[in-house]
Amino acid sequence: MPSSWNELFITGEDAPAAAEAPAEERQGFFRRLRQNLSKTREALGAELQASVFQTLDDEAWERLEETLIYADVGATTTAMIVERLETEAGSGELSGGEELTRRLTEIMAEVARPGEMTIDLRPHPTVILMVGVNGTGKTTTIGKIAWHLQRELGKSVILAAGDTYRAAAVEQLVEWSDRAGCDIVRAAHGSDPGAVAFDAIEAAKARGHDVVIVDTAGRLHTQHHLMDELTKVRRVIQKQIPDAPHETLLTIDATTGQNGLRQAMLFREAVEVSGIVLTKLDGTAKGGIALAIAQELGVPVKLIGIGESLEDLRPFDPDDFARAIIGS
Amino acid sequence: MFDTLSERLQSALSEVRSHGTLTEDDINKAMRQIRLALLEADVNFQVVKRFTAAVKERALGADVLESLNPGQQVVKIVDEELTALMGGAGRDLVFASSRPTVILMAGLQGSGKTTACGKLARHLREEHKKDVALAACDVYRPAAVDQLVKVGSQVGATVYEQGTGRDPIDIAEWALGRAKSEGRDVLIVDTSGRLHIDADLMKELAEIKKRTKPHNVLLVVDAMTGQDAVNVAEQFAETANFDGVVMTKLDGDARGGAALSVKAVTGKPILYASTGEKLDAFERFHPDRMAQRILGMGDVMTLVEKAEREFDEKKAEELERKIRRQEFTFDDFLDQLHQVRRMGPVSGLLKMIPGLGSQLSGLKIDDRELDRVQAIITSMTPEERANPSLLNGSRRRRIALGSGTNVSAVNQLVKQFGQMQKMMKALSQGKMPSLSQLARGR
Ligand SMILES: Nc1nc2c(ncn2[C@@H]2O[C@H](COP(=O)(O)OP(=O)(O)O)[C@@H](O)[C@H]2O)c(=O)[nH]1
Ligand SMILES: Nc1nc2c(ncn2[C@@H]2O[C@H](COP(=O)(O)OP(=O)(O)O)[C@@H](O)[C@H]2O)c(=O)[nH]1
Ligand SMILES: [Mg+2]
Ligand SMILES: [Mg+2]
Repeated sequence: MPSSWNELFITGEDAPAAAEAPAEERQGFFRRLRQNLSKTREALGAELQASVFQTLDDEAWERLEETLIYADVGATTTAMIVERLETEAGSGELSGGEELTRRLTEIMAEVARPGEMTIDLRPHPTVILMVGVNGTGKTTTIGKIAWHLQRELGKSVILAAGDTYRAAAVEQLVEWSDRAGCDIVRAAHGSDPGAVAFDAIEAAKARGHDVVIVDTAGRLHTQHHLMDELTKVRRVIQKQIPDAPHETLLTIDATTGQNGLRQAMLFREAVEVSGIVLTKLDGTAKGGIALAIAQELGVPVKLIGIGESLEDLRPFDPDDFARAIIGS
Repeated sequence: MFDTLSERLQSALSEVRSHGTLTEDDINKAMRQIRLALLEADVNFQVVKRFTAAVKERALGADVLESLNPGQQVVKIVDEELTALMGGAGRDLVFASSRPTVILMAGLQGSGKTTACGKLARHLREEHKKDVALAACDVYRPAAVDQLVKVGSQVGATVYEQGTGRDPIDIAEWALGRAKSEGRDVLIVDTSGRLHIDADLMKELAEIKKRTKPHNVLLVVDAMTGQDAVNVAEQFAETANFDGVVMTKLDGDARGGAALSVKAVTGKPILYASTGEKLDAFERFHPDRMAQRILGMGDVMTLVEKAEREFDEKKAEELERKIRRQEFTFDDFLDQLHQVRRMGPVSGLLKMIPGLGSQLSGLKIDDRELDRVQAIITSMTPEERANPSLLNGSRRRRIALGSGTNVSAVNQLVKQFGQMQKMMKALSQGKMPSLSQLARGR
């Protein structure tokens, strides 16, 4: 389970020492997140408490349910988690609020960890395809990943400016490639995104880049023709390198509610999503929909976005995530 | 993937049918379904609590007791309450007596502000014949200024920009000065996305507001937002005291409960709906459609998508062939009925069609009538369904008994079916739109 960068990325090499973010920095983020959350609760006047099980009365279960619903976990997954805990508590395995809270965190972390959570960078070049609905943070995440791979792992990255639709989307990615100090392939507005991906992979092969990251235009999962276009982009990539894209990351905005599940479902159908990037966790939203996605679709979160700067990207830590949701 | 709330309520209250009135216990059952449906639609759980309490109070009142179909009655109450809550006394955009009218746009990152600036500019130009200018105050997001410049040129609005080197507060003030001196009717100020808990950026927003004295402050909210919408709305209300909301990305299949949450906690009206990436996908917000969408009845968009999803193309082609050969039977009719009804109650479906809703108030479209039709057909033998001419008097009496209806209802259906067959014959000889095309077509 990758809670640090060198566990997340499999490079087949010894990880450079610099790759490990200082423990203090990591804790800092989740502490801040929890503080934000408690501020929100005060503001809301909700009777959610710092610990769900401060008292173990009848209302505790309802409070737990509300806590999860409030985190956008959704009714189905909430019911599943509460039921599991209730069964364990009923059979006398657990006693006391503290133990229940600990077990609850464990269960949620387990749910949030449904499969392979690493990103394998051993293929040469590794192709990463970035997909998602509009405005969720694809382009920004690409900039952050590129920067990290270049700076921390010493990889040479090339970006494919595959959003040829939105106004100034290419310019935006160009700016990120400057910041990350990496190469970029771009094409005219309105041109075929598959062709851009193709060119970038060819360029990577010719120039010896380690990683190709393909940006795509935002699209709603309900737009069939645009989802078909995405499938086509994937096919183009596959034709060039049979195992590629090695990683297909779906950005989910942490503020997203139950629609996130539909997004994941339909993007997975179109392009075989291998992982989620949960963005904008620096706000007050807790991104609980990622738990529903993990539970119902088995797609794990691999990275989280916690701001708009280059360094605001972290490997996903299920335990921290679970703790942040219940505020313990 | 979601059943409609009405379906759920029908099944939760199915036993009530026999005794015909709602007990407190029935209503509690219904409230659980409503609560679940609203939570699945992303309405904030505090708002849901308050809302179901209000609905329960009304449902316990006398008007429900007269109801014949308790499930539908409860749906009606919920729909009415929801529409009232979503709409209510709102204000429209305000135009200043002296130029320019200033509109300040604010919201979270990626919610659709810049796109909405372009759409609003286009809307004001086309519908209100206004000369619109845009101010590019997002200096943080890479290429945000470029994006606004492009959007502006697409809609014929002047864009005031000073790159990314200056303070957004200064840019806003400078743009206002230019709009004044150039005599623009409207100045729309695009700002960068900001988190409601980002103290510095919220202060910046307050300052932009102070300097530009906007006549309208609009909060741009993504329709896919979950429970957090209330926090965002409350914080933005506190800092910028916005006047109205633009809901974006309503072209998707999000149920949009955020709209209800935002309205409920701030009381601010939702003014516009943004329904696509193209700059003309922008319309006035309709509270009644939104209420139905949140309830799971969908709006027109969902209706079309549903029709596409539910309508089995193979069956459609088969049916078409049958009609051409005049082999259309009661079984096919039943099939059709099922297909349509899978999309929800027919009365609800018809209401979603724009313009039809209001005309429909006089017309009674009764789902129970369709229940009866279904019951009659299923009481026929396969031979009778395939060959209605077999239906003599004794057979009709048997069917009436089996379906719990009466002979005249059976007679009426058989007669109507005969007329339908005739009509289809006529159609199939003339110009008949391909049914499979209809199912696919937009
Ligand atoms: N606060 C915050 N903002 C983010 C994060 N990721 C992206 N953004 C912002 O969200 C907006 C949309 O991001 P962008 O990368 O353009 O989304 P795309 O349309 O999916 O490519 C921009 O304003 C980004 O700065 C994040 O983790 N936190
Ligand atoms: N499908 C859809 N996409 C939208 C809508 N409004 C905005 N977008 C897209 O959402 C993304 C973010 O929009 P943008 O205006 O840049 O958001 P901003 O960061 O708030 O300025 C872009 O890809 C837009 O094309 C809408 O109503 N429907
Ligand atoms: Mg992008
Ligand atoms: Mg913008």
